[in-house]
Amino acid sequence: MNSVLMLVKGALELGLIGSITVLALFLSYSMLNVCDLSTDGCFTLGAAVGASVAIAGYPYLAILAALAAGCASGFLTAILQTKCGINSLLSGIIVNTGLYSVNIAVMKQASVLNLNKVETVFSKAKDLLRGTVFFDYSKIFVILLFVLAVAVFLYFFLRTKLGLAIRATGNNPDMVRSSSVNPHFTTIVALCISGAITALSGSLLAFYNQSANIDIGTGMVTVALASLLIGQVFLGKKKLSLRLVGTVLGAFVFRLVYTVALRFRMPAFMLKLVSAIVVFLAIAAPYLIAALKERKARHDRVLARKKEKTV
Amino acid sequence: MTDSMLLLKNVKKTFRPGTPDEKTALDGLSLDVKRGDFISIIGANGAGKSTLFGAIAGSFLTDEGDILLDGEDITFMPEHKRAKVIGRLYQDPMRGTAPEMTVEENLALAAGNGSWFSTVSKKEKAEFRDRVRILGMGLEDRMEHPVGLLSGGQRQALTLMMATYHPPKILLLDEHTAALDPLTAEKVIEITKRTVEENGLTCLMVTHNMQMALDMGNRTVMMHRGKILLDVSGEERKNMSVSDLTERFRTLSGSSLNNDRMLLDE
Repeated sequence: MNSVLMLVKGALELGLIGSITVLALFLSYSMLNVCDLSTDGCFTLGAAVGASVAIAGYPYLAILAALAAGCASGFLTAILQTKCGINSLLSGIIVNTGLYSVNIAVMKQASVLNLNKVETVFSKAKDLLRGTVFFDYSKIFVILLFVLAVAVFLYFFLRTKLGLAIRATGNNPDMVRSSSVNPHFTTIVALCISGAITALSGSLLAFYNQSANIDIGTGMVTVALASLLIGQVFLGKKKLSLRLVGTVLGAFVFRLVYTVALRFRMPAFMLKLVSAIVVFLAIAAPYLIAALKERKARHDRVLARKKEKTV
Repeated sequence: MTDSMLLLKNVKKTFRPGTPDEKTALDGLSLDVKRGDFISIIGANGAGKSTLFGAIAGSFLTDEGDILLDGEDITFMPEHKRAKVIGRLYQDPMRGTAPEMTVEENLALAAGNGSWFSTVSKKEKAEFRDRVRILGMGLEDRMEHPVGLLSGGQRQALTLMMATYHPPKILLLDEHTAALDPLTAEKVIEITKRTVEENGLTCLMVTHNMQMALDMGNRTVMMHRGKILLDVSGEERKNMSVSDLTERFRTLSGSSLNNDRMLLDE
């Protein structure tokens, strides 16, 4: 395989794994309108739980365990913000902080779990495809399967009555209450699901890297937000199906740009700074442009008035 | 089956008790709303009209008293549960709908048919379209548009339809046309009248427009300092003019309506 193709393939694999977290944020951030800052810890939790169960010899159960752990983490974040009166940002930060200790405990007080000789969904797929032409692409197949499963699930889920109620909760909680739905309930459901999806993404990255690291999720929320906002630029905010595709595409494009930047000797540790700047630009740009326009308009009218006076 | 639809007995509510901002909004209010009543409620700002609606809809727990809806004690029932049988509209047309969701999706939530995991069926979509066509506001051609793109009048008409999709036991209208331009307001009033009539709804309507208070419904209630000051219906109400109403207020409350928004609307 030539090096460009390898580059794209690597970006595709990592981008797609990341896109699962971006899909989780699509649910919590774009639909429920909650910026879930427990994403980093939840991602690591998925990696830690998934790796531990895989090491114990259960490659498939590892996926389910990661989903369940993420769901529990999302549930906790939701309870803090709905039943305990804690602001949604702070709820995420509290859970995120607590999860750091939980994650180290799950990893039996190590900061890295090595999965080199451990069976995972990736090694299983490799065994399955050995000798076929698809052998080189076994990783992509596995990842694509999960991305598709999550995207299709969200597509159908968000069109159900429960999905509509979740969207309305993010849009106008008053209206949800008057439709005789408890917005606490919808918030809890949405955060459980997004937590589970985030942890799934974390476990897949651990299996892909063949190691789970305590820092594996650090900055994930910003990276995922950057991808989400890039995706919006591509396919807009109209149809649900397009938005979901845009979300996945955004994650891939973000990863690709980053990979190319690495080729041009950008040091790897710059990833987080780049994602921070992308999020900053995507959210601040419309505001800054409007502010600049008003400033210019003001300036122009002051000049015009001065001219009038001198004439 | 009693002929009383909503019964409030000695309801009290004080906000921020024990602070310098303490405000007694409902001061032992009692009201018996008969089945099929359409009551217009008037009163100065701060008289407790919106608080009364809040107490009925369950936005907060009252301090004292009982609230019975169709014979059932709902005093301690949470707001979202009461919402099944209580429809409520606010002055702000933005408040009753989700702006980023389409007309159809908003209606699907209000209709609440089917299980949590069902999607909106073709049959439902057709039903929604038929229903909004009756409003005569051109909404049937905008079913797939986000509600945020509609005008205030369209949104308020839609909210009214959502609140009455399953006819509620009681409909609470809190100055629901006050934020609309006069022509649109007239249209929404007409839709309101028709909806209430066709479904035989029991309805409470807060208004600052004294003429409208006398023209609409079968009963008019005037609130003052968290109590009901005046309750007129039948022949007495039929022969009443706006100036009679203000005169009655003056003698009963011992204060005049000067400096109040009510006079501006005369």
